[in-house]
Amino acid sequence: MLTYTFRRLLFAIPTLFFIAAAIFFLLELAPGDPMANVPLTVPSDVKEQMRQALGLDQPAPIRFVLWLKQFFWIEPLNLVDHWFGTTFAEGELRIISWQNRAPVFLTIAERIPQTLWVVGTSYVVAILIAIPIGIYSAYKQYSLFDQAGTFITMIGFSVPPFFSGVFVILIFSVYLGWFPTIYDTRLVVNDWDSFMAQVRQMFLPVMVLALQITSQLSRFMRASMLDNLNQDYVRTARAKGLVEKRVILVHVLRNSLLPVVTVIALYVPAIFSGAIITEQIFKVNGIGQLLITALQANDWPMVQTLSFIFAVLIVVSNLIADVLYGVLDPRIRYD
Amino acid sequence: MKLRHALLASAAACVPAMALADGHEGERGRDGQVNIIYWQAPSTLNPFLSGGTKDVESASLVLEPLARFDETGTIQPWLVEEIPTVENGGITEDLTQITWKLRSDIVWSDGTPFTSEDVAFTYEYCTNPDGGCAQITKFEPVESVETPDATTVIVNFKEPTPYPYTAFVGGESPILQKAQFENCVGAAASTCTEQNFGPIGTGPFVVTEFRTNDVIAFEANPNFREEGKPAFASVNFKGGGDAEAAGRAVMQTGEFDYAWNLQLAPEVIAQMEAGGQGTPVAGFGPLVERIMLNNTNPDPALGPDERSVVRPHPFLSDPAVYNAMSMAIDRPLLVEIGYGQAGRVTCNWVPAPESFSSTSMTCDVQDLEGAKAMLEEAGWVDSNGDGVREKDGVELRVLYQTSTNAVRQDFQALIKEWWEEIGIATELRNVNASVFFGGDAGSPDTFQKFYADVEMYANTFNGTDPQAYLANGLCDKAPQPSTQWQGENISRFCMDEYDALWNELSQTANIEERQRIAKELNDMIVQNGGMIPLVHRGRLSAHANTLGGVKLNVWDSELWNIADWYRIGE
Amino acid sequence: MTDPAANATTMADEAGPNTLAARPPRSQWRDVWDQFRTHKGALIGAFVFLGILALVVFGPMLWPLDPTETNMRARNQGMSWAHPMGTDRLGRDTFARVMFGGRISMAVGLTAMLLSLLLGTLVGVLAGYFKRLDGPLMRLTDMFLALPILPLLLVLVVLFREPLSSAFGIETGIFILMVTAIGITSWMQTARIVRGDVLALKEREFVLAARSIGTPPRRIILRHMLPNVLSPIMVSATLGIATAIITESTLSFLGLGFPPDFPTWGRLLFDAVSFLQQYPMRAIWPGLMISLVVLSINYVGDGLRDALDPRIRGRGARFFA
Repeated sequence: MLTYTFRRLLFAIPTLFFIAAAIFFLLELAPGDPMANVPLTVPSDVKEQMRQALGLDQPAPIRFVLWLKQFFWIEPLNLVDHWFGTTFAEGELRIISWQNRAPVFLTIAERIPQTLWVVGTSYVVAILIAIPIGIYSAYKQYSLFDQAGTFITMIGFSVPPFFSGVFVILIFSVYLGWFPTIYDTRLVVNDWDSFMAQVRQMFLPVMVLALQITSQLSRFMRASMLDNLNQDYVRTARAKGLVEKRVILVHVLRNSLLPVVTVIALYVPAIFSGAIITEQIFKVNGIGQLLITALQANDWPMVQTLSFIFAVLIVVSNLIADVLYGVLDPRIRYD
Repeated sequence: MKLRHALLASAAACVPAMALADGHEGERGRDGQVNIIYWQAPSTLNPFLSGGTKDVESASLVLEPLARFDETGTIQPWLVEEIPTVENGGITEDLTQITWKLRSDIVWSDGTPFTSEDVAFTYEYCTNPDGGCAQITKFEPVESVETPDATTVIVNFKEPTPYPYTAFVGGESPILQKAQFENCVGAAASTCTEQNFGPIGTGPFVVTEFRTNDVIAFEANPNFREEGKPAFASVNFKGGGDAEAAGRAVMQTGEFDYAWNLQLAPEVIAQMEAGGQGTPVAGFGPLVERIMLNNTNPDPALGPDERSVVRPHPFLSDPAVYNAMSMAIDRPLLVEIGYGQAGRVTCNWVPAPESFSSTSMTCDVQDLEGAKAMLEEAGWVDSNGDGVREKDGVELRVLYQTSTNAVRQDFQALIKEWWEEIGIATELRNVNASVFFGGDAGSPDTFQKFYADVEMYANTFNGTDPQAYLANGLCDKAPQPSTQWQGENISRFCMDEYDALWNELSQTANIEERQRIAKELNDMIVQNGGMIPLVHRGRLSAHANTLGGVKLNVWDSELWNIADWYRIGE
Repeated sequence: MTDPAANATTMADEAGPNTLAARPPRSQWRDVWDQFRTHKGALIGAFVFLGILALVVFGPMLWPLDPTETNMRARNQGMSWAHPMGTDRLGRDTFARVMFGGRISMAVGLTAMLLSLLLGTLVGVLAGYFKRLDGPLMRLTDMFLALPILPLLLVLVVLFREPLSSAFGIETGIFILMVTAIGITSWMQTARIVRGDVLALKEREFVLAARSIGTPPRRIILRHMLPNVLSPIMVSATLGIATAIITESTLSFLGLGFPPDFPTWGRLLFDAVSFLQQYPMRAIWPGLMISLVVLSINYVGDGLRDALDPRIRGRGARFFA
């Protein structure tokens, strides 16, 4: 198992390098221009000078090597400096965003808290709701509960967040006035009141996101349970006189969770990009919103760095999913 | 002072405010926090590095220019004693030098005095070739900046400049503090994150926290020059989302006090206004949505060095054709559909300021029959019965392109129908805005390459003088391969009389004379097939009913007078 | 036929009236259909789905109004005989637009889903069954998973929009682009799930038995593996079609999909969101269509899952009822 994990980790290095290169050169080919958002009143020769100030007149391979150096050497050094107060990275050029001329990592660090709060919470909420629903729906297949659950999850799944977000804002903020529509990223939670304010401002985005994730997860859970409920070992367990509760919650559940755990692990990185629209609608201004504003502004260093971080997250979560698979299912042996 | 604010409050449509407006003077910071939302989030507070409206306007709370334009477009002294003119001796007779006298009572928010050194430094900062300054055009006519003493700034121009109020005037060219930015000149500009995100200024507020593309926190400047201002102790400046959400937060839920630039359908604005928490206000600058007519031949069969370069266009050079195209358009309907309160019908390229806007043309009535008759008379007839008129084997088929944007696609759909009704076959095309306006010389889809017969977009100019803008109609400004397709004369309009008249404008100092020439230039380009102006677009913002002192200004930063804002009532 | 024969016989014996002995030999698909028929939800789902399909395929031919034709005298109208779903703010007939938009959305959804299922199942089965292929194929899957979807979609759109539009015309070009982009960025989940199931199935007795009597791999995969992994594939398919329709609308929302003047359900829904308070029906129609399609496909998927599962078929589905 350990060797397997180690080998996978080793293999991840060329994979990630290839991904970094692919992202970089694809972005290079894309016809967007970082100056497209500068007003038309700024003449084109000034824009050309601004482009040069961004280092865009350098050839692409040189900029790629520079980016690699910045990402893997200068940025970690900066982190070390930040932690221990050293000055290893002084004078070295960090990865600079084209839209605000600030280090990309400073911005990312600002954005992570709200994304973790909102997206993380909604993911946990969704898992807590989806698994029991999935189990019960499968156990009572075609019951009223199952039918209603199917209906609601499918509706939840088929409504895009740009609709459901505005819909809940109209209901809960405009008509009822219960929750704010704009997320305050500067809110510091240090007492009960600020905690409640945080809960109130998180409620709507978490609701919209959790609805979507619940819909998908509960479908997977249900399908997986159904598969196992029909297996022979379930009959054997019943035949040997086990209590129904034990049959379902121990034998069936353990086996059904297998693919679901994979899905959960695989979705961890996906929710970052999935939150783009929800973040934009509720002005959460997290990582998703950062990515989309960077895309719209053709801010390639930001896009490149964010995409690469996502790639790392995805490779890691894949690895975790595979290892979990091995742990949970003794029939699967990696060698 | 009191009277002015009382008037303002009533002008802002707050009926009960009259009685309460008296309470708005007092000590600095008495009214707590004001919440502002810009749906495009500011990415930096250094307007020299970005040039985006959102960045310029958020920075205007902190950084100030020597002089500003007020809501009527009139120039007002800001950090100077008075506006220099030829009459008061501030501008030399030969129009090559302007002398600004700084106010001596102004200090930076860190307590240090504001001097002419700072002004001269700002000039150096922006004109450094490695800095990539977005506002460099403001300083282009400037030869040098001298500082004989701490309160005098002399700007020397390269040649006689009849309109010298560009450098250091308006929200786009404010003054930076030399002490803070000294090490950020040229290529180092990008490494100065701390400075770019937290500039020290002379304005009513100071930055306490800046989160790029998200939120900015400001506090009242304790060293601000005016006693008792600003009324608000802090500003919460949130960015992001969309115009609809911003409008909703001000007018329906009342979470925010001011929302910027609500480009929304008129019905949506009306619905939000019914929420009763806020009021929309509109102001009109020179922004015009127009259809540019290609004066060159965009035929794909021509080579890359000839396409959209060689003249003339196969049929758009015929006055009957472009006049008929213009007559077929129902402009009031376009306004109603696309912009509502924030739009007006216009036939002019320069619709504002009013003193520069021509009144010689009218175009607010659609005349389909007249358009048909005009084409008929000019010999454009549909002889083969396919619904498209032709003459000498040339068919009236236009390719009509614009950027991808819901309002523009609605306009395209409507205009296509009208043109097809008068016998002009229209093919529509839309291009992603970042490509269309991207200026990438390698892409065939930029608005500058103009590989189409007509194209629609909006453009404007800064400040109140249109001279530089009118230069966009000069022959040698046409984009072509030899200039890497750079150039501002998008329609490739070219007329010797126009060039001559513009040269006259550039040498005229008398303001009435300038206005006359500008109107004439405007008429010349519209009547000779340079463009079809459609809608004069305004800025529609909204403020909460409890927010007083708002004067929507389209000539400078919208937040130019935030020091005068106050809370109405309790 | 898919499970060990002995297993099927014992089950059939238990099942009562529908025993093997009592009926003449019949094809497998006939059995599937019989089972499918007993599932009411699936029948209704199939009916609704085919109804919508017919509506969007034949509707625009029969309905006299053009989806792009504006009519300034009939703007923002409610429901009437002339305009069953009202009109939009340019006076275009919503019914015509919903039907026409449905064509695009359904075509995008179905094609992209099929493409992604095909790719996903192929990769998943090959990786799960052939040990030699497992490593490389799963690394490929990981790599695709690791390529961030949104930037990838964006770059695909930006890179290929123009060449495809000029080669096939703007609508067809973008359609091909959408389908391919959504298809090749969404097959990986299916591949992983299928592989996981195949890995587990490979150790099962009936596969071992089939292998021991010398059944060639192709046959084992087609006859023994595929029917058993059909249920996760079906779940993926139902979710996949909705994902494709929604991804298309999200791309339009970000300005990267079909141009704004080209109606799709996602686009219509997005455009109507601004007017949710004044004209709620305008959002409800396209939203209803998307939901109906997703729901009906889901029920069809459920029914198929039961009908295709040889252990349930012939017994009535109520094992735990």
